[in-house]
Amino acid sequence: MTAPLPVATVTGVTHRFRDVAALHDLSVEIPAGKMVGLIGPDGVGKSTLLGLIAGAKRIQSGKVMVLGGTMSDLRHRDAVCPRIAFMPQGLGKNLSMELSVFENIDFFARLFGQRAAERHARIARLLEATGLAPFPDRPAGKLSGGMKQKVGLCTALVHDPDLLILDEPTTGVDPLSRQQFWMLIDDIRRDRPGMSVVVATAYMDEAARFDWLMAMDRGRILATGTPADLMKRAGARSLEEAFVSLLPAEERGTGGPLVIPPHKPSGEPPAIVARHLTRRFGSFTAVSDVSFEIDRGEIFGFLGSNGCGKSTTMKMLTGLLPASEGEAFLFGERVDGDGTDTRRRVGYMSQAFSLYTELTVRQNLWLHAQLFHLPDDTARRRIDDLVARFGLAPHLDDLADVLPLGVRQRLSLAVAVIHEPDMLILDEPTSGVDPIARDEFWELLVDLSRRQQVTIFISTHFMNEALRCDRISLMHAGTVLACDTPAALMRARHVDDLEHAFIGYIADATNDIAATAARAAVEASPPTPPHPAPRLARTLAYAHREALEILRDPVRLAFAFGGSILLMLVFGFGITMDVENIRYAELDQDRSPASRGYLASFSGSRSFQREPELDGITDLHRRMRRNDISLAIEIPDQFGRQLTKGSAPEVAALVDGANPFRAETIAQYVQGATGVFFQEQVRSMSRGTDPTSSLATIEPRFLYNPSFESVYAIAPSIPPLLLVLLPAILTAVSVVREKELGSIINFYVTPTTRLEFLVGKQIPSIVIAMINFMLLTLIATTVFGVPVKGSGPMLTACALLYVTATTAVGLVVASFTRSQVAAVFATAIITMLPTTQFSGLLQPVSTLEGNARIVGTLWPTTYFMHASVGAFTKGLGADLLLPDAIALAAFIPVLIGAAVLLLRRQEA
Amino acid sequence: MGTLSNIFWLGIKELRSLRSDVVLVALVAYAFTLSIYTQAKGTSSEVNNASIAFVDEDQSQLSLHLASCFYPPRFKQPIRLQAGEVDQALDEGRTMFVVVIPPRFEADLRAGRRTEIQVNIDATAMYQASNGATYIQRILTDEMNRYLQRSDARLRSPMGLVIRKAFNPNGDTSWFNGIVAIINQITLLTVILTGAALIREREHGTLEHLMVMPLTAFEIAMAKVWANALVILSAALVSLFVVVIGALHVPIAGSIPLFVAGTTVYLFFATALGIFLGTVARTMAQFALLIILLIFTLQMLSGGSTPVESQPEWLQWLTLTLPSRHFVAFAQAIIFRGAGFDIVWPQFAAVAGIGLAFFVYSIRRFRASIAESR
Repeated sequence: MTAPLPVATVTGVTHRFRDVAALHDLSVEIPAGKMVGLIGPDGVGKSTLLGLIAGAKRIQSGKVMVLGGTMSDLRHRDAVCPRIAFMPQGLGKNLSMELSVFENIDFFARLFGQRAAERHARIARLLEATGLAPFPDRPAGKLSGGMKQKVGLCTALVHDPDLLILDEPTTGVDPLSRQQFWMLIDDIRRDRPGMSVVVATAYMDEAARFDWLMAMDRGRILATGTPADLMKRAGARSLEEAFVSLLPAEERGTGGPLVIPPHKPSGEPPAIVARHLTRRFGSFTAVSDVSFEIDRGEIFGFLGSNGCGKSTTMKMLTGLLPASEGEAFLFGERVDGDGTDTRRRVGYMSQAFSLYTELTVRQNLWLHAQLFHLPDDTARRRIDDLVARFGLAPHLDDLADVLPLGVRQRLSLAVAVIHEPDMLILDEPTSGVDPIARDEFWELLVDLSRRQQVTIFISTHFMNEALRCDRISLMHAGTVLACDTPAALMRARHVDDLEHAFIGYIADATNDIAATAARAAVEASPPTPPHPAPRLARTLAYAHREALEILRDPVRLAFAFGGSILLMLVFGFGITMDVENIRYAELDQDRSPASRGYLASFSGSRSFQREPELDGITDLHRRMRRNDISLAIEIPDQFGRQLTKGSAPEVAALVDGANPFRAETIAQYVQGATGVFFQEQVRSMSRGTDPTSSLATIEPRFLYNPSFESVYAIAPSIPPLLLVLLPAILTAVSVVREKELGSIINFYVTPTTRLEFLVGKQIPSIVIAMINFMLLTLIATTVFGVPVKGSGPMLTACALLYVTATTAVGLVVASFTRSQVAAVFATAIITMLPTTQFSGLLQPVSTLEGNARIVGTLWPTTYFMHASVGAFTKGLGADLLLPDAIALAAFIPVLIGAAVLLLRRQEA
Repeated sequence: MGTLSNIFWLGIKELRSLRSDVVLVALVAYAFTLSIYTQAKGTSSEVNNASIAFVDEDQSQLSLHLASCFYPPRFKQPIRLQAGEVDQALDEGRTMFVVVIPPRFEADLRAGRRTEIQVNIDATAMYQASNGATYIQRILTDEMNRYLQRSDARLRSPMGLVIRKAFNPNGDTSWFNGIVAIINQITLLTVILTGAALIREREHGTLEHLMVMPLTAFEIAMAKVWANALVILSAALVSLFVVVIGALHVPIAGSIPLFVAGTTVYLFFATALGIFLGTVARTMAQFALLIILLIFTLQMLSGGSTPVESQPEWLQWLTLTLPSRHFVAFAQAIIFRGAGFDIVWPQFAAVAGIGLAFFVYSIRRFRASIAESR
């Protein structure tokens, strides 16, 4: 038999993330048509290697040949892309949690250009085969881990790939689902024997069933061959032992096999008692009626898959979560949220590393010593002791952030035991840690338990860890299925490994015969010619998915619509230049008819509001300081007499200058009122002949806004402001969100072009923005009473062009930001400066100069501001708005082009 | 005693975490120095560089003289327009003001016949139109008076009017804007710093870790309050002394310790608001979206951008619930008017009360928010 061409050949590939190399000069040939396993602990470069083969990551150096061509050749990559399916690591990582099972698979089918009828037929078949047929409408977020992975598999299989790449598809999945998953894969391979499958896994027992294995460590391939081969070469009985023996000597660890002395019952009252603990989240019951007792000094294990309720139970025991029903006792004391005394006797280690990564190892240890109020010398002795025992000395002044995973784990444990607790609650402390580090960790646990009588309550999803516990609880879907010593559980099910015992219990509980779920084999798919998806179809697939997601995300939806309405009201009422009700008081030292006449010109005006008269200079200053008055008018003694004599008496007006803008306006009003009085005086003194008539009158004509109320200027200026800020933020978030959640991988590994992806994301934002435009216009006309006097249709056209441009601004920002928070603030900062300063909101563009003028000219808001104010207040017709529309249209190709160029087609 | 020590050590941790975030430290440094200066000097509601055009149908010595009275920096060099071009120039936004001087203007004026100068104002440019129009009218009137007074003594003003501006005699807008800029930065950065730190801790699980230790929600929240408030207060003080007093030469009329005390009270509110948002928002992304809406509201309605007195009356009642409004009010009172504690205590009390409400609510929600986030 001649070996067929390899499905993938990797030659001399090195891959770095910043200065850390994930792959070192790696070369391997992966045979075609086989079930190939990639084994090794977390963080050795498995995902990187798979990402390179799938075309999701950019090749930095070396050569990757897949399906007969090199992946660095973009043309080949695009051509083979539809023949590869990639399922990334993480439960449901490439799914959208808001979308239903059907919608998720449908999205992928659309990306591969399948027509509606074909899509429905294929999805129906896949759902049938995976046992998901009863729940096509359930949101992916509400599925168990095992079901999510099945949906992920459906999305990968919907286009009949020739190469199926699965990155740790069963990590954290319960053993029954895991078994079903592999049966499903076997069935599919039976029907499509030509298909190659490459799987990364951390479970050695799974790997033992594969055709061919690659063992990986620290970015290198250690060995390849069939599982039997590897074990034979190492002379080992299990694959795990074989793997350890392949490691370089210094990594193999020191100790021999771990020996755990048996637990002797303490004869004391139980350390932990749980009675009928139940926890509900809304209608979902996470933990249902869980009871157990744990003896002092016992190592008690909780075995179960992700999301089965292990963490929730532990959180109820620590008091982090109140129980919906039932009660728990630690050392005989009832657990509630406030009992800080019991908490002194408990050490806790949560699932993820939860120490301060920005602090050093030493700082973390000291912080916790201080929070437990250890006296300084005790703390110093204790920390020295722990550092020595846990092997932390070489890392003492390193930031926790840069520690290797195994060291982090030991640090977490050191922190958890710093106050010498009587009990440890450890939530999956070893997930992701390599087998050797795991053994070292267990040595510490055994020491604590057997020598210091510390009660240990630990959860895990590893069978071999569960075997080390004195007793274990099997947990599935919120209930405890069985609780006993591991040996007793296996005996009860008449099997010789814990996994099968567990599967038996789950099958009993779910009335499911393990085999049947995956029995409905995938029929051979009818050979459909792979027709290329029309561009529009893929764009619409993205737009459709995006629209569904936004509609189901209450926060984004509220922000999209509520945000613009709120800010329109805030800005509309908040920005006003009208100065009214100026509180003033007078200090009239003359009290003549003339002085009263002068003061009447103030009290008669609606701009001024008279306050009680001042009784002196001290009073004046006091009241102005208290902000009781903003203006004081002081009329000198003899004012009337001097006025008649023509010796020009001097009136003083003191204006509160704390707010200079307001002070300036008040000063003008005072001058205006005085001017009126002055003209009257001149006229009356001239007795008949009116010299002022010879003065030219100056006739101010306030165009567009005769009453000169600021609302006519402000209300039309707000929509341009809001229609750049909010749509740009929403669009940027919609793209960056995919980066953050990891679902952008779908874009990397499917035949979607950058333009299709971006425009697909943009369309729903444009629709939302246009609805907002309508709402804002409605508010302007009704709430603020500012009608559209000019061409409404042309204004709408300008708005459409404008929001297309502003959403494109969001796309540009999204191309260089990584987190949603950065996207929000970067968009806000980038859009607000040119919008508020250089687009005619505060200063008319005609008054700008130099760089400000250039920025204003190159920013779309300038044109829409002009169009909006023009159409609302100036009453401009379509012809006069046309230049704005043309200018706005010109921004669109430039901005989208920039976004396309800046967007990466692959991961780094 | 135990509580105080916990609050102290947790706060020290907070400061250490902050110190290691170089970007954030740089942002705070920039926000309270350069950014304050540019904001203070940048925007101004004074007429500056206003565009003006003349339609001179007289072409007399006087009319030419009038046009020459408009020059930078208040006005741009006037442009000349034909009578028919006025509307178009205003429609297109090429100019804000158009002064139309009628034919035989100088002759009519000399002969004592009524004549009229028309000033067309683009009233959609609110910020400059009103003040600009007043300037233009005053300049034109003064120039014509000067021209006519040579012949008619009666036109001399019968009374003098001296307008003085208290607290800021030259009406220097950078004084007010500088203080408002500090207030805005305090609000923005304190809320973001505190809220984001809280959410990050929750997302990393460190908060959960603290909650299983013998610590109370009060201690954890209080540590965040003092640590973040201390950082922002120090930055604000540097800003006050270096930028506001040093570079902008703002005379501080009142007591600086009183202002610092008021700022501290406000910082209690702002950190409490940050903690509140941190407990309400489920993810960092939600927090960011909430911040955008909230910050604009707090800043626009505080009286810092346009006077509170200009708001509709019902809104003035509503904005009493915004601590930023009280902060602007007492900052103005202390710094410019020299007010003492006897005058500003109601505002201090309002800010403290609102802050306390947020603080108490957040502490009550603390445990539940950690439970819900997972």
